[in-house]
Amino acid sequence: MFGKLSLEAVPYDQPIIMVTVAAIVLGGLGMTGAITYFKKWGYLWKEWITSIDHKKLGIMYFIVALVMLIRGFADALMMRSQLAMASAGAEGFLPPSHYDQIFTAHGVIMIFFVAMPMVIGLMNLVVPLQIGARDVAFPFLNNLSFWLFAAGVILVNVSLFVGEFAKTGWLAYAPLSGLDYSPGVGVDYWIWALQISGIGTTMTGINFFVTIIKMRTKGMTMFRLPIFTWTSLCANVLIIASFPILTATIALLTLDRYLGMHFFTTDLGGNMMMYVNLIWAWGHPEVYILILPAFGVFSEVIATFAKKRLFGYNTMVWATVAITILSFVVWLHHFFTMGAGANVNAFFGIMTMIIAIPTGVKIFNWLFTMYRGRLEITSPVLWTLGFIITFTIGGMTGVMLSVPAANFVLHNSLFVIAHFHNVIIGGVVFGMMAGLTYWFPKAFGFTLNEKWGKRSFWCWITGFYVAFMPLYVLSFFGAVRRMQSYNNPEWQPLMIVAWVGALIIAAGIACTLIQFYVSIRDRKQNEDVSGDPWDARTLEWATSSPAPFYNFAHLPEVSSVDGFWEAKKANGGVPPISEPPYQDIHMPKNTWEGPVIALFATIFGFALVWHIWWLAIAGGIGMFATFMARIFNDDVDYYVPAAEVERIEREHRQRLKQKGDLAHSTRLEMQS
Amino acid sequence: MRRKKYLRVLSPLVLVSLALLLTGCDSALMDPKGQVGEEQRTLILTAFGLMQIVVIPVIVMTIAFAWRYRRSNRNATYSPDWHHSNKVEAVVWFVPCVIIAFLAVLTWYTSHSLDPHKPIQAEGDNAKDPIVIEAVSLDWKWLFIYPEQGIATVNELAFPEDTPVRFRVTSGSVMNSFFIPRLGSQIYAMAGMDNDVHLIADEQGVYPGRSTNYSGAGFSDMTFDAHVGSQQDFEAWVSKVRESSESLTFPDEYYDLAAPTEVNEIQYFSEVSPALYESIIKSFHAGGDHEERVAKYADSYADGFGHGHSDESHGESDESHGEPMSAEAAE
Amino acid sequence: MATDTLSNQGHAHGHDQDHHDDHHDTAGTKLFGFWVYLMSDLVIFGSLFATFAVLLKGTAGGPTPGEIFELPFVLVETFLLLFSSFTYGMAVLAMNANQTAKVSRWLWITFVLGASFVAMEVYEFQHLIHEGFGPDRSAFLSAFFTLVGTHGLHVTFGLIWILVMLVQLKKKGLNDVTRPRIMCLSLFWHFLDIVWICVFSFVYLMGVL
Repeated sequence: MFGKLSLEAVPYDQPIIMVTVAAIVLGGLGMTGAITYFKKWGYLWKEWITSIDHKKLGIMYFIVALVMLIRGFADALMMRSQLAMASAGAEGFLPPSHYDQIFTAHGVIMIFFVAMPMVIGLMNLVVPLQIGARDVAFPFLNNLSFWLFAAGVILVNVSLFVGEFAKTGWLAYAPLSGLDYSPGVGVDYWIWALQISGIGTTMTGINFFVTIIKMRTKGMTMFRLPIFTWTSLCANVLIIASFPILTATIALLTLDRYLGMHFFTTDLGGNMMMYVNLIWAWGHPEVYILILPAFGVFSEVIATFAKKRLFGYNTMVWATVAITILSFVVWLHHFFTMGAGANVNAFFGIMTMIIAIPTGVKIFNWLFTMYRGRLEITSPVLWTLGFIITFTIGGMTGVMLSVPAANFVLHNSLFVIAHFHNVIIGGVVFGMMAGLTYWFPKAFGFTLNEKWGKRSFWCWITGFYVAFMPLYVLSFFGAVRRMQSYNNPEWQPLMIVAWVGALIIAAGIACTLIQFYVSIRDRKQNEDVSGDPWDARTLEWATSSPAPFYNFAHLPEVSSVDGFWEAKKANGGVPPISEPPYQDIHMPKNTWEGPVIALFATIFGFALVWHIWWLAIAGGIGMFATFMARIFNDDVDYYVPAAEVERIEREHRQRLKQKGDLAHSTRLEMQS
Repeated sequence: MRRKKYLRVLSPLVLVSLALLLTGCDSALMDPKGQVGEEQRTLILTAFGLMQIVVIPVIVMTIAFAWRYRRSNRNATYSPDWHHSNKVEAVVWFVPCVIIAFLAVLTWYTSHSLDPHKPIQAEGDNAKDPIVIEAVSLDWKWLFIYPEQGIATVNELAFPEDTPVRFRVTSGSVMNSFFIPRLGSQIYAMAGMDNDVHLIADEQGVYPGRSTNYSGAGFSDMTFDAHVGSQQDFEAWVSKVRESSESLTFPDEYYDLAAPTEVNEIQYFSEVSPALYESIIKSFHAGGDHEERVAKYADSYADGFGHGHSDESHGESDESHGEPMSAEAAE
Repeated sequence: MATDTLSNQGHAHGHDQDHHDDHHDTAGTKLFGFWVYLMSDLVIFGSLFATFAVLLKGTAGGPTPGEIFELPFVLVETFLLLFSSFTYGMAVLAMNANQTAKVSRWLWITFVLGASFVAMEVYEFQHLIHEGFGPDRSAFLSAFFTLVGTHGLHVTFGLIWILVMLVQLKKKGLNDVTRPRIMCLSLFWHFLDIVWICVFSFVYLMGVL
């Protein structure tokens, strides 16, 4: 009746998990109680859960990502603690059965449920505003994408206390992930969490690609797009072209596990090398999906705070396009040691190092944007400076790894771990932190506290070097990844140093949480009245903060790069404000079908994990029926009356008059 | 004033980084004991050095530009509309291109010269005849078969110095990777497939080896020592192994050995089925009995394996990790 | 608060009310988006084709392609599908001529042809499984069943979509909502036809030759 599920699936004997679950349950009950007490369910349903507003979806993506960062980082702390202890016979506190789930979950969560939603969240919040559009091309799909992502989050979190997670590493290589060697439910949780949220991501890719191509405002030709939108466009191309490979590969593994097929088994003709090739054909573009928007953030931030146009706009665009195309022909560098032969290895190695060229060009372009600018060292700028240095070092180690013969002694060692954390933390995390700070006022109407932002930065960058430089050194001594323990006691001191580094990063995360608290507490003082707190250059700053739900009362018209900057110049340095007369605005309506489809998808996934076939069928029918409801729903849009638009715009104008025209720079100085 | 503050922060950082870098000098990769490893060290250091042409100027420029063009510095030139320069573009495209071109040539050359499948031509008077050792990754131990000597061991390797060794590598279960850091290249071990890597040691010693590709609960203990001595040392070792009363026949004794066990100690087998290695590979091909054997181990791989109860011992052997060169067998 | 959404009580304006200073070409956008989706679907099929090519030799003592493919049977399937593309084309022509009843009729015929295709494929699969040559027999068979089966699943979804359109045509006729959907389905249907040609050539024909 319940498939493989029974009460024994709950890991009562693992105190860490049980305490965590208790905390989550208590916290969840508390939140639910509070929402009920303050009668906010209606508000939540109408304003957030069913929202198709790209700005709200972006905020929700980012919030979920930050929550998952806590879990993913807790995994990291546990791993570092274990390795600081488990030297030369000492067992540490995490046996392999537990440790192996932790490092797998750490990778899966950080990539799929922290980095990706941060990137997609920023794209959601910013891109439609930057191109002068009212929303994305397919708002219902956008809502559905978010909730499918949330379904994946739920599944991966449920695996913590009902059953187990995969013990295979984040990419679940076959044949270890096959039924023979992983008969438990762990890999099945991996499969369904990633498959369901992956479909959401693919939809996002299609949605934003069409949005950027088709819904740019008048005058915004492709070569007048803000760089963040360009990098988002390229990232979405990568999503469209690569995520289907992941979908197919996970499907094939699913067929092996559920229907006894032989794609990746060790016998009956299965080919495990095919799994590795397919998964990395997706996996490599994936990391560029993460880094390109981060590059875009840095471009916006540095130009804004240096008060200078981005250096080499055209080159930046072509470099990004080159990186996008090249990222499809390098995947084999993840497994040079599989034994493909010298010619094949050499080809992929050379293609990999070629990517360093356009990437290097971008770095120099950022540096020359700073050159002869007037750089204000705000926290987004600190993240950017930290990025340039850290990412360059990480890129260097990447080039070293791309030489196949060198790779033969570095593959699977801690050198690889240090390298990719070097570029992901230095690149993606720093970029997301910069983007969070930069666009926070646009989302919420007040700026984040600068002091705590800077503290967070210094903790992160110090902690990063303290945590990962020892790993480079250890790799030369033969230390490899995914070790639960090691028998050479000489490695322990550096492992302890790495653990200290993780603690410093933890302090950085704490600073960010404190920053949120302080900023919310002081939000009246940090109010962003004008909508343009940084005196920035691109169209998203031409709205109030937060932007009205329709974004622009009149769709803007641009005639150059940095159209908003030019408009301000022509308006005496002040953002132009909309004037009547206004028109009715055509807007999409909220959707209940999105969250409900995702709810059924969660049930579907959970049921399949536990082989509860009737429940899976029910979930499938539920998804289909709800989708049909959507298809037959005619009431999906409406017109905002011009009078309503006028009312909202008038309110904004009155606030501006009331609070006066504070100079932008003084506002920042008051906070730090 | 502020500059002094930055320097005070930066200089200890630089010193620490240098110290960190230098601790690696006697590491396996930086102080290899074989020709393959030596060439790889050269390659790593060359690539590292070449990249400094870009890395160091970038770091310097980042700090210098941020400092000089900070908003409070009114002395610096401010060119808000300067956003293009052909000269700058030319340099930033050209220099990386040259570096990468050089690296690409080096890559092409070394991908061939250091191809793991390429046999080693040992040079000079010390040149010895190559030997073959077959390595099979099991859960979670290494089986080493010496086809020319007709012996096998678990978790212990030995071979003479200055002797090119051809390691044929396969797996009896999931994907692993055979690696002796002091000697150089690793290669993946995959079921049903015959991979190989050629290595050579030019100094006597004991070199740790392991699997680098995570393969399950007992992965961390898939370690072994490679004992490199003189030709006489090697022959003495072979004799010692021959004294063992254990044999490794295919299929029965092999499949007993292949059952999943963690933290395994060294074992010696004086008798080995001929073409044992090939039989193991073939067992995964059509007509092999791999499926029924795996069904035998199914419980071991199920959820409970290696579950962290303190009262359960690891695997099936109660004895602790044995001393090297011992002749104990596990049963 | 500027982010408050209006209550969704707004009367649903029909699409005949034109407030057009910002009205984007929604039908064109939908079609473009659907093209992009088809490209992503192509990547899925590409992955399955690549997998099939690699696992082609993995027959593991089981049947080889030549031993199980029956070309005449597949030829009939092919003609069914190709002809159904033609009939769908007729439906689109009728739509452009605003002849709703004709559209429905051609859609019905397309449905019957497509359903026959799927029925034949199910029969082929069931027959193979019955002989012990199911997808769990060897890697080659896994790849074959999955590649061809994925195409068949797509066709099945297309059939359901045709039924939905038939219902919507009956209820609402040809309007700004149903027209783009029929166009998208057209793209989908022809796309599946093209994929089938690849399947027919690379799987069945090359397997037998």
